[in-house]
Amino acid sequence: MTADGRDYEGDDEVVLSARDIVKTYGGTTALKGVNFNVHRGKVTTLFGENGAGKSTLMKILSGVEQPTSGAIELDGATVSFADTNDARDQGISIIHQELSLAPNLSVRDNMFMGRELRTMRGVDYREEERQARLVLRELADNIDPLTPVSDLRLGQQQLVEIARALHANSRILIMDEPTSALSAAEVEVLFKVIADLKARGVSIVYISHHLEEALQVTDFAVVLRDGTMTANALAKDIDLEWIVRHMVGKNFNLGAPPTGYPFGPVALEIDNVRIADPDNPQRNVVDGVSLDVRAGEIVCIYGLMGAGRTELLEAVAGRVALTQGQVRLEGHDLAHLSIQGRIQRGLGLVPEDRQRDGLVQTMTVGGNLSLASVTDFVKGLFLSRTQEQSLIDAGILNVHVKTASSDAPIGSLSGGNQQKVVIGKIVATNPKVILLDEPSRGIDVAAKAEVFNLLADRAREGLAVVYSTSEVGECLSIAHRIVVMRRGRISAEFGPDVAKEDIMAASGEAVVV
Amino acid sequence: MTQTIAPSSPPKAPKRSFDIRAILLEGRAFLALIVIFVVFSLLAPTSFPTLSNVIVMSQQVSVYALLSIGMLVVILNGGIDLSVGSTLGLSGMVAGLAMQGIKIFGVTLYPAVWVVVILAVATGAVVGLVNGLLVARLKVAPFVATLGTLYVVRGLAELSTNGLTVNNLEGNPQLGNTGFEWLGFNSLIGVPIGVWVLVVVAVLASLLLNRSVFGRWLYAAGGNERAAELSGVPVRRVKVRAYVISGVCAAIAGVVLTSELTSAGPTQGTSYELTAIAAVVIGGAALTGGRGTVRGTLLGAFVIGFLAAGLTIVGVSAYVQTVFTGAVIVLAVLLNSIQYRRRTRSKPSAGTPPLSTSSSPTTTAATEGRLREDRQ
Repeated sequence: MTADGRDYEGDDEVVLSARDIVKTYGGTTALKGVNFNVHRGKVTTLFGENGAGKSTLMKILSGVEQPTSGAIELDGATVSFADTNDARDQGISIIHQELSLAPNLSVRDNMFMGRELRTMRGVDYREEERQARLVLRELADNIDPLTPVSDLRLGQQQLVEIARALHANSRILIMDEPTSALSAAEVEVLFKVIADLKARGVSIVYISHHLEEALQVTDFAVVLRDGTMTANALAKDIDLEWIVRHMVGKNFNLGAPPTGYPFGPVALEIDNVRIADPDNPQRNVVDGVSLDVRAGEIVCIYGLMGAGRTELLEAVAGRVALTQGQVRLEGHDLAHLSIQGRIQRGLGLVPEDRQRDGLVQTMTVGGNLSLASVTDFVKGLFLSRTQEQSLIDAGILNVHVKTASSDAPIGSLSGGNQQKVVIGKIVATNPKVILLDEPSRGIDVAAKAEVFNLLADRAREGLAVVYSTSEVGECLSIAHRIVVMRRGRISAEFGPDVAKEDIMAASGEAVVV
Repeated sequence: MTQTIAPSSPPKAPKRSFDIRAILLEGRAFLALIVIFVVFSLLAPTSFPTLSNVIVMSQQVSVYALLSIGMLVVILNGGIDLSVGSTLGLSGMVAGLAMQGIKIFGVTLYPAVWVVVILAVATGAVVGLVNGLLVARLKVAPFVATLGTLYVVRGLAELSTNGLTVNNLEGNPQLGNTGFEWLGFNSLIGVPIGVWVLVVVAVLASLLLNRSVFGRWLYAAGGNERAAELSGVPVRRVKVRAYVISGVCAAIAGVVLTSELTSAGPTQGTSYELTAIAAVVIGGAALTGGRGTVRGTLLGAFVIGFLAAGLTIVGVSAYVQTVFTGAVIVLAVLLNSIQYRRRTRSKPSAGTPPLSTSSSPTTTAATEGRLREDRQ
């Protein structure tokens, strides 16, 4: 371990280095002094669980955010980036998980977006096309610069992003989860492109949850945990087991699944469910999943991004239509029930994206907390404020929301407390089954532990819990049963005593070593 | 915005130690109204601040204010209703024509005035229902859907008399349909009936928005439709109802205006929708939905109305008035964006792994300072 950020071998030229990068948000520290180097013409991969600080580090390196302290050195000189454009001008480009292309424009127009070649007579489209063609040819793909981006497959779109970065003379490319939405063949192409880029002296900072894949492509490995760099090494010296060990480290004790009570009857039955991909109707994002959950049982659905977990849960909650199959709550088919109907029957979803699907940002903490159960306290024509207030007060206590008042704007809470409000909103409807999609995303460890306690308590009272996650550690500390999803199917099912490596292997994340 | 104020809990959580600018920003429509009143009282001390003038001005404002309340409901939902001016016109025509008698199977029926009013209001509700179904079920963009109905409804109003105005609204005592002008000409305790109608509608709307389930759903769906839907809010039904309410408000405004003018003209209410939108915006509502109050909207309508009346009284030309009104609208939107930027600035971002401080549930203001720091 060389936590001081010194060079591994010395014969590689360091182009970019982070020196003691600290980033605090308000009272919380996301990065606690991170050091690492990026070498010319090499791939450096950042490993780490969700919340380890990878995305924060990326934001700092690409100019989205400024470090609280510490320095970034580019070719030995200390630099600072005012924004992403500034970073790009200095040779650092980031390719986000969600691509930033305008689908209605052509490949050429996307490549020159914001940097159009202007002449006296307007934009020089011909020259743009020529240059675009040149760059695209070097990337060894037959993409025509005049094709609309919407006609391209995702893998090709990614190549367009790379081409755009190259054309802007980027020497350092940051790739955030580049393979998560790609097919195996597209991953092959991407890796070939990465090899080409390396040969041209372009350095790559690579982030991925697909450990095996990342290990295949990387030259250097840097492992982050809780905002500190726990290890770095040459890729050829390490193996998957080494990465997992440093990633996970000593487990923060999130507790164990609740025990000492019998499960009730089957509460939720998912019967051979298939859901078509809205973007590609031939493909099923969920492809024949069957799962029974009993009252009081906590079932974890583990899987990588794109495994179909979110789609499955959204379909069970009633947002997405099933292509085939049946969902039953206590034996009743839910097919014709709306989301509202399902909530009234006792089935609620805590969605994956808190900001987009979980909260009404214009409302108060209390308004959000009571939103799903607001019909319960209608008196005559109007809402009973006293009943509502007592529900809100109880809710705030039940899920331990830290708030100045129930009238505070929801945006004034921390991420963890916002998440507790979203959970509390569903819990307030007295559900029989609660579905949680990645509920620990972006919340701190202590909040996570509280969420777990809350779920355990409710499960003891007979609530059936379906918990979707991409963090292995979470499965082991909360679930009575772990179901692994891979490419729309259930690939394995485990009890609570399984080894992490087995779960990860079943998800396609890593093989057992 | 719809919360009770518990004794221990301040309504505005991030307290900024009595920030005078924030207070000015929050109460800007009210302040604007006071400024307008003071300025014109000084400029025209004998004609502007008189009781009779205030009553006349209020009566003029009430038609716009009725439209604005309906518009507010739609805007809270994140939509827009451009058809209210036309709906006002058509409802007025329906009322005017119904007063002339309805021919069914060769028999001419002369409905009583209350039936006439119901017919006119029902017309507005139908227009609103069409708007609502277009927007909520057929997913037509609200701007386009209501732009279409703006034309269609106006066309229907003109078709109904081939563009002629209906003048005879007095009714006939022998037919039992007198009293239509009562709405426009009479007063209760010195206040015109039109203003009373506005008061009643405003109180009902306020109760609906603040105290009913529908109101809560409306704010929620306007603030974040996806989150509201996942919380079990029937977002499409709420949307349809919002447009129906807007149509009904426009129809009520149409009846009041027709009665005040004692004539029903097919071009009545042309471009009133823009005034209504302006009033809602000046009243502090966000065009993106989820934020706005009846009180603010009323203030907005009175700001526009008193400004126009005041400028007329001091002898400013109508063209200059138009410029003034436009400037006020732009200023209002500018202030809105400042206000909402303040509120959303502290939006937390996901993906940071802070180690939390204590986790005891506290709801006292004492922890406020720390909580604010805890924001990500």
